[in-house]
Amino acid sequence: MTMIFGVPLAVFMGQLMLGLINGAFYALLSLGLAVIFGLLKIVNFAHGAQYMLGAFAALLGLQYLGLNYWVALLVVPLVVGGLGMLIERTLLRRIAHLDHLYGLLLTFGLALIFEGTLINFFGVSGSSYPTPTALEGGLNLGFMFLPTYRAWVLVAALVVCLGTWFIIERTRLGAYLRAGTENSALMQAFGVNVPLLITLTYGFGVALAAFAGVLAAPLYPVSPTMGSSLLIVVFAVVVIGGMGSILGAILTGLSMGLIEGLTKVYYPEAANTVIFLVMILVLLLRPSGLFGKEA
Amino acid sequence: MSATQTLTPAMQRQRNARLRRNTLYLVLIAIALVAPFVAYPVFLMKVLCFALFACAFNLLLGYAGLLSFGHAAFLATGGYFTGIMLASYPGLTPELGILIGTLAAVVLGTFFGVLAIRRQGIYFAMVTLALAQLMFFFFIQAPFTGGEDGLHGVPRGELFGLISLSDNLSMYYFVLAVFVIGFAIIQRTVHSPYGQVLKAIRENEPRAVSLGYNVDAYKLVAFVLSAGLAGLAGSTKTVVFQLASLTDAHWHMSGEVILMTLLGGVGTLFGPLVGAGLVVSLQTQLAQSPLGNWVSVILGLIFVICVLSFRSGIVGEVQKMVRKNFK
Repeated sequence: MTMIFGVPLAVFMGQLMLGLINGAFYALLSLGLAVIFGLLKIVNFAHGAQYMLGAFAALLGLQYLGLNYWVALLVVPLVVGGLGMLIERTLLRRIAHLDHLYGLLLTFGLALIFEGTLINFFGVSGSSYPTPTALEGGLNLGFMFLPTYRAWVLVAALVVCLGTWFIIERTRLGAYLRAGTENSALMQAFGVNVPLLITLTYGFGVALAAFAGVLAAPLYPVSPTMGSSLLIVVFAVVVIGGMGSILGAILTGLSMGLIEGLTKVYYPEAANTVIFLVMILVLLLRPSGLFGKEA
Repeated sequence: MSATQTLTPAMQRQRNARLRRNTLYLVLIAIALVAPFVAYPVFLMKVLCFALFACAFNLLLGYAGLLSFGHAAFLATGGYFTGIMLASYPGLTPELGILIGTLAAVVLGTFFGVLAIRRQGIYFAMVTLALAQLMFFFFIQAPFTGGEDGLHGVPRGELFGLISLSDNLSMYYFVLAVFVIGFAIIQRTVHSPYGQVLKAIRENEPRAVSLGYNVDAYKLVAFVLSAGLAGLAGSTKTVVFQLASLTDAHWHMSGEVILMTLLGGVGTLFGPLVGAGLVVSLQTQLAQSPLGNWVSVILGLIFVICVLSFRSGIVGEVQKMVRKNFK
């Protein structure tokens, strides 16, 4: 059997694949954070909770309404994104003129509310979501076994990430968004409906989180706390990459997942912490982040 | 120019303010001395430990404008080090154990501080949160912290080798003394020239830089001081409750201390004390009621309400009212 530094190739590739999947989630979530931060200048602490809401909505939709995975993948982001827009209109807008730290605190409070409420109804132990029948099984690539669902998650996440990049960098709406990020007061003076743009942007960021949640539902146990620990890692990823660049967020997310996977192969004790250690290293060597413009 | 200098109205006002403040301190200390005969001492000790923790946090947020989302790490580090030292060396007196725990938090605070002040604003919060999570994983995996169970049965011991702390009343007065020392350090810091520079940095960092202040050094000192005092609170808490657990290291704890400070009043000396008293009472009351499972939802709601319509906090609002009506 082929070995890579004393580890069988199949194990090595398997862990790398798992890392890449985690990385895809880091990329999706940090992308959403970056999009929201760009225009609203707040760090959305409820992002993890909204990811969790996405997974729960898929699970409950299946159990009570009989919505299948594919419908959930389409409907859940819209519903949770709608909830996000409601939050923006009713709460975030009131504090938009204040120090941006208040946005962090407000969304932190929301995260506690969402998480706490669901813990009361469903407990902390996770439930499992069945893998959709069309994506069961896997491919034998010769050197490793690739479950179809994992391949699908990777492809779907990449397509959505690149789609987001395309919308922001190559379309008219994206140009508005980028202009608003630079100077929203001037944009409004030019007659663009900036408040609406802000609502849509927040809704879109939240919908990305919910989409990630639906993707994650068949992979990880669906539990109310699934989002919060993930979010802290995503924060570290954001610090590493900086929130200035969309492609930067995607690349950083994926590569941090890979690094985590590699660590799991060679030194599993540090797998939980390696991303934080990379963050420390980046802060020492390149304080503004790998793709960051501002300090 | 007369030789006998008359007091200007401004000086008169300042003197009056200082007199009022000193009277307030005396009244509060008198209340604190009598309190254990009226209320349950263990509850009061819990309030004092968390009040010191919140005061330490407030030094950073309220006076230096730095939002740390990782203060639980210092509380837990102080707690664990004190717990480990007291449990493994029976000859060690509690005040030395607390000193060691505090020093450990100072060392960790220096390390965190050096890293975190390299980034500003929102990034500062995220860096501290991530570093605290690193410590959380460290405490889970380290062989000497008891993992998920935590450290139990830490002896309270005898203060200076003389006074047994196993009695709750003597323990209470010791905790009160620790709190008063910590509070005095913060009070002195805030009103010193150093504290004035911190406020200048909070108000406008580029201006402070252009005035020639080494802003990073000022921030670092504030961070280390705050971390050390948070460690002192954690160490004392471990001696009181004879245990150190992962709850103290969890990010929920970092959130709770923010809530205490926000609710009481950011940037006011007494705000964190009031906030800690309220949050701890609320948690104790709720734990015994049918709403026991909803604690974190209720804390979240208070968070949202505070941010939306109560940003000066209770003490801040009272100060505003006093200023408006008695001038």
